Amino acid sequence: MTTLAFAILLAACMVAYALNRRAATGIRDGGQRLHSVSGYHGLFALLMILVPVLVVILFWLALQGAVVNTLIMSSLPDGTLDGLGAGQVDLILAEIQSISSGRVFGDPEPWKTAAAERFSGMLQTASLGLVLVTALLSLGIMFFARGKVSAEFRARQGVEKIVSGLMIFCSVVAIFTTIGIVASLAFETIKFLRLVPLTEFLFGTSWEPQIPIRADQIASTGAFGWIPVIVGTIVITIVAIVIAIPIGLLSAIYLNEFAPKTVRSVCKPVLEVLAGVPTVVYGFFAILVVAPAIRSLGAQLGIPVAPNTALAAGGVMGIMLVPFISSFADDALSAVPRALRDGALALGATRAETVMNVLFPAAIPGIVGGVLLAVSRAIGETMIVVMAAGLMANLTLNPLESVTTVTVQIVTLLIGDTSFDNPKTLAAFALGMMLFIVTLIINIFALRIVRKYREAYD
Amino acid sequence: MDDLRTVSKDVDANNTKISAKNVQVYYGDTHAIKDVNVEIKERTVTAFIGPSGCGKSTFLRSINRMNDTIDICRVEGDILIDGKDIYDRDIDPVQLRARVGMVFQKPNPFPKSIYDNIAYGPKIHGLAKSKADMDEIVEKSLRRGAIWNEVKDRLHAPGTGLSGGQQQRLCIARAIATEPEVLLMDEPCSALDPIATSQVEELIDQLRENYTVVIVTHSMQQAARVSQKTAFFHLGNLVEYGSTDDIFTNPKDPRTESYISGRIG
Repeated sequence: MTTLAFAILLAACMVAYALNRRAATGIRDGGQRLHSVSGYHGLFALLMILVPVLVVILFWLALQGAVVNTLIMSSLPDGTLDGLGAGQVDLILAEIQSISSGRVFGDPEPWKTAAAERFSGMLQTASLGLVLVTALLSLGIMFFARGKVSAEFRARQGVEKIVSGLMIFCSVVAIFTTIGIVASLAFETIKFLRLVPLTEFLFGTSWEPQIPIRADQIASTGAFGWIPVIVGTIVITIVAIVIAIPIGLLSAIYLNEFAPKTVRSVCKPVLEVLAGVPTVVYGFFAILVVAPAIRSLGAQLGIPVAPNTALAAGGVMGIMLVPFISSFADDALSAVPRALRDGALALGATRAETVMNVLFPAAIPGIVGGVLLAVSRAIGETMIVVMAAGLMANLTLNPLESVTTVTVQIVTLLIGDTSFDNPKTLAAFALGMMLFIVTLIINIFALRIVRKYREAYD
Repeated sequence: MDDLRTVSKDVDANNTKISAKNVQVYYGDTHAIKDVNVEIKERTVTAFIGPSGCGKSTFLRSINRMNDTIDICRVEGDILIDGKDIYDRDIDPVQLRARVGMVFQKPNPFPKSIYDNIAYGPKIHGLAKSKADMDEIVEKSLRRGAIWNEVKDRLHAPGTGLSGGQQQRLCIARAIATEPEVLLMDEPCSALDPIATSQVEELIDQLRENYTVVIVTHSMQQAARVSQKTAFFHLGNLVEYGSTDDIFTNPKDPRTESYISGRIG
C-alpha cells in the first residue's frame, strides 16, 4: 500500500506537470506573452505537489507505528497491564505484533489473539488512509496549481523559491547531523564524567580500563587517565606525517613541474590507486611486512624493538596518506596562474627556484589543506592501528616501542558484551569526544596559520 | 591614421644586437613561424605588428627561449645575440633569460612585497653583495621603471595591491633589475587604460638609452609612437621590415599597406 501511495504521488506529479505546461503553451499560442516559459509552469505544479505530499507521506509513515501501538495497548481489556513493568508491556506488544504477522508460538490467550486481529485491521486502515490522503492532497494541489496558470503568473520565481528552499534544507541537514553527533557524544561523556572525575581523565597517566565483575574481586579498580593513549596517537601521527609530507610534496612537485607527460600519465593514476587501497590491506602490510622488517633490522643493530612498534603502524599510515597530500598539492600547484611561472622563468629563475620561491608560497593554502586532511585522517585512522599497533597503554615517546591509540582503545572498549552503565564502556565516548575536540583545535590553528602566511595571487 | 606621430630617428648606424636567420617555429604539426630573417639593432625600439595569430608573440618568445617551456614547440634556424647562437648546446637558457628580460601582456607581479618582487631576480643571480647593495638595486630599478615615487613609501606592501598600470611598470622594473641587455615586451599595454599606457610608452622611450627593446603590439599607433624600426608579420611570415617611418608612410608590400590602412586584420 505504501508503494501505491508513492506511485500515486509520482503519477500526480507527472500529470500536473503535463497539464500546467500544456495550459501555459495554450495561453502563449493564443497570442499572449507569458511571464515565464511554459516549462516553468509545469515544473511549478510538479514541485508544489512533490514537496508537501512527500513530507506528509514521510511523517505519516514515521508516526503510524507509534499511534497504532498506543491504540492497541489502550484497547486491551481493563486490568491486563496493571502492575506490569515497562519491559513486560513491551513483551506483550511484541507478542501481539508477531501473532498478527502469523507467527504464533504456543497457545496465546484469547485477548491477545483478539488484539492481534485489531492490530492487523488498524494497520490496513492506516495504509488505506495514507493512500487516500495522498490521492486527495495531490489532486487538491493539482487543481490549485492549475488555477494559477495565467500569462502574468511568475512561475519561474515560484520554482526558484522552492528549489532554493530545498537547497537550504539540504545544507541544514548536514549541520544538524553534526550537531546531533556531537550532542550524543557529549551526553555519554557527561555520564562517564559522573563516574570518573574530569581531572583523573584529563591528567591521569595510567590507562587500565578494567572494571570489577564481582564487587569483592581483587585488583579490580580501573584507571582512566587518557594521557598515555593520546600520546600514543600523537607519536603514530607524527611518524605518519613525517613520512607522508616529504614524499607527498616532492612527488607532487615532480609530477607537476618536472615529469614528462608520459611519466605523469602513468604515475598520477597509480598514486590515486594508492588512495583506494582499503585500510585493512595496509594493516596486513604493516604486520606482515613492515613490523618484522623493522624488528629484524633492530636486532641486527642491537636496538631493542617491540613486535608492534609505533614506527611500523605510523610508517604504513604515512604511505596511506601520501596520495592525499600529493593530490592536494598537485591541484594547488596547477592552480597557480601560468603567468607567475612564466614571470619567474623569464627572470632567469631555474625550474627549482620557480617552484620553491614563487609557486610554492602561492600554493600554500591548498597544500596546507591537504596536510590538514592527512593529519585528521592519521588521528582518526582506526584499522591500521587496530591491526598493527599495541593494545597496552604505554606512556612513551619512543617510536620503537609499542603504543596504543585513542581509536584502538575505543574499538576494544566497545567490542564484546557491553553494558552502557559502567565507566569502561562510557570511556569510549569520552575518548571519542576528546578526539573530536583535538581535531577541531588543529583545524582552527591551521586555518589561522594559512590566513597569516598565504600569498594571494589575484 | 592621421594622428601618427612617427618618431624619426636615425638608428641604422647602431650595431646589430639580435639576428635571426631562417627561423622556423612549429607547434606540433602547425608551422607557426615561416623562414623569418631579421636584424634587430642595438639601443633601438623595434615593434612587431600584425593581425592576431600571425606569430609575432611566438617569434618574440623564441628570442629568450621561453618556448622551451612548451613541450610541443620546436624551433629551427639560428637566432644570434651578439653573434652567438642562443640555441647552441652550450647556452644555458636560464642564463640567457637573465640577459634577455621579458615583460608579459598581463601584469604578473609575484604575490610578494614590492621590494621582494624587484629583489628576486638579483637575488637568484647573486648580483647584490649586501643588503645595502640590494636596496640600491631595488631603488635604481624602480626609478628606471618610473614607479619609484609612487611606491617608495610602501616597498613592503604586496605588489598585487597596485593598480594595473603600476603593476606593469613594476614588472618592467623587475625585468630591468637583473641588468638585461635586451628587453622583450609582449603587448605590455593591452591590459592598461590610456593614461597607464602613455606612462608605459614614455618609459619604453627612455629605456632605449640603455637597452635593446623589442615590443609586440596590436596598436599601430603605439608602434608608430614608440618604435624606430617596425616588422610586419602576416600568417607566420615576416612580410616587411624597415624603419617605422617607411612602414607607415611608404609600405612596399601590398599586404602591409592593407593592414595599416585597416583592410586586413
